[in-house]
Amino acid sequence: MRERESCTACPCPKECAKMSWEFLTIYWRDMLRFVRFRIALVVSLIQPALWMALYGAAMSSNLSRLSSGLDLPAGAASVSYLTFMGAGVIALTTLFTSLFGGITLLFDKNWGLMRELLASPMPRNHIILGIGLSGVTKSFIQVMVIMGFGLLIGVRFFPGYTPIQTAGAILGVLLFVGVFSLGFLFLSSAISMSMDTPEGLQAVITILTLPLFFASNALYPIDAFPPLVKLLSQFNPLTHLVNGVRYFTVGQDFYAIGIHYVYSGSDIMISFLALTGFAAAMFLVAWRVFQKAVVT
Amino acid sequence: MSQRIIEVKDLEYSYNGFKAVDGVSFFVREGEIFSFLGPNGAGKSTVINILTTLLPVQKGSVSIAGHDLAKEPQAVRRSIGIVFQDETLDRDLTVKETLELHGRIYSMPGGERRERIEEIIALVELEDKRNVRTRFLSGGMKRRLEIGRGLMTRPQVLFLDEPTIGLDTQTRRRLWEYIQRVNDSGTTIFLTTHYMDEADQVSNWIDILDHGKIIASGEPSALKNALGSDMIYLDTSDNAASQSLLEALKSVRSIKSTPQGLAVTINADGTRCLPLIMNRLQEKGISISSVNLKKPTLDDVFVHYTGRDIRDAGAGKLHRLPLPKGVR
Ligand SMILES: Nc1ncnc2c1ncn2[C@@H]1O[C@H](COP(=O)(O)OP(=O)(O)OP(=O)(O)O)[C@@H](O)[C@H]1O
Ligand SMILES: [Mg+2]
Repeated sequence: MRERESCTACPCPKECAKMSWEFLTIYWRDMLRFVRFRIALVVSLIQPALWMALYGAAMSSNLSRLSSGLDLPAGAASVSYLTFMGAGVIALTTLFTSLFGGITLLFDKNWGLMRELLASPMPRNHIILGIGLSGVTKSFIQVMVIMGFGLLIGVRFFPGYTPIQTAGAILGVLLFVGVFSLGFLFLSSAISMSMDTPEGLQAVITILTLPLFFASNALYPIDAFPPLVKLLSQFNPLTHLVNGVRYFTVGQDFYAIGIHYVYSGSDIMISFLALTGFAAAMFLVAWRVFQKAVVT
Repeated sequence: MSQRIIEVKDLEYSYNGFKAVDGVSFFVREGEIFSFLGPNGAGKSTVINILTTLLPVQKGSVSIAGHDLAKEPQAVRRSIGIVFQDETLDRDLTVKETLELHGRIYSMPGGERRERIEEIIALVELEDKRNVRTRFLSGGMKRRLEIGRGLMTRPQVLFLDEPTIGLDTQTRRRLWEYIQRVNDSGTTIFLTTHYMDEADQVSNWIDILDHGKIIASGEPSALKNALGSDMIYLDTSDNAASQSLLEALKSVRSIKSTPQGLAVTINADGTRCLPLIMNRLQEKGISISSVNLKKPTLDDVFVHYTGRDIRDAGAGKLHRLPLPKGVR
């Protein structure tokens, strides 16, 4: 229906057949701003590194002491807490960055360019896609920095991998991060478009983050959780992202904090599908919000 | 007679129960400059926002360039250009990037886009600000940039919501020259402004809106003529006596009493009536402290129909109009 509609507007039929790339313009503009806001850029890179250095160092000495007495079966791969939580920091950083990724839309709506974008012939889902793409780019940059910095301070990612395996594993991590990030960017865009003030957005995001954060396996194992929370954590996208990242960075069979982790290929596949489903659902939500958006 | 490029029928719009547009019907002919005048809060921007697809059509029908607004918003968006009343710029993009972004989201091919960007930058005389972020432009420069941007895609209809607010006289004049040129090349212009002299000079047709309703419409000259002929403003030692005295004169159509004196509408040529009136008053021993003869302007038309002074939203102060408040 919409296709036909836009075709009647084309001056020539050839133009209709052409794929439209306007979302790249939105992407270009958002990245331009990202690079221009040096402070935001620098903070977004330093923050996860700091977290890893401070929290990781503090916790890992505690936990190493606690779990040092545990007997591991012969031949088991044991993973330090720092390495264990490295994957969690990647996941949490991606979560926060993505949840705030749509905020630029709120600023545009109140003080900027949104009227111009909404009144233009560019299909509105290009705004969602463009913001999604730039958000994913920012997450990728952060993840690469975390991995690099992690290696410096003693995180043992990719144990015994060949260079080719390492490259494959990095791609795997980025794939998971990308899909997860898209889901939350779409969600963030939808919320930003429906909110009137940054304060409101901040409140909603805080309320969303807490349960996501605590009912996940990002920084500690969930085995000891009450059954209900454990069940809920299976529906938490963050858990699925952490699974994927750990699978690719640490391996499919390892011990951490005295707990045995085994990820099978199908576990990881399910996690990936769950994230894809989440992203698709969030896109639909954002799309709906944008179709109805009114800005004057 | 040329075609109707915009046709609006029984348009209504409410903001949460507050009726801002209340049954408006009008049309704009292809190639003309159409002005929408009205006091602050009359509903002009609301109508423009509906016509430019930013607000939904709640009630009534709108067709623009042959497309039904409710059914084919996408087609309408392709045929129009807009200069919004409020600043709509990304403060962290440069002048050139702003235009670049506009060209891209309107799917202009690269070569044409680059050419047009240069042309627009030259037109609005921002050559030396080309790579400056809009954050660092003066208010007038920002406005010029926005107008340039609206013209960039050479739309069939260009909506200008108070385009010249905050501009200096030279810039305003030059912009009107350009807008006129754009109009000559076939673009229909839909304008709102609080500068009556501008509206008078450029418009082919004027609609006056108040409280969400159209209360007058016509060519500028017709509107001025319909108001009556010339006006004489008098202040005398005894305004009440003067009024009853002058009302008896055949050439006097009506008299309104105002705090500043009397506003006399004349049927005939004011220059000939004025000596007669002055003689008549002096005969009765009424002394005249001030007198002024005026041909009707669009300002008078405006005040006549909307019954109050218009606030200059740009400067935020009251226009000094010859007619005081509450005339109607
Ligand atoms: N977003 C909104 N929500 C609620 N009411 C609104 C909104 N926008 C405008 N209004 C109201 O609708 C009426 C018409 O406003 P509009 O902006 O269309 O006036 P206008 O003719 O453009 O005035 P101006 O000359 O000051 O620009 C006003 O009473 C205004 O208060
Ligand atoms: Mg307005």
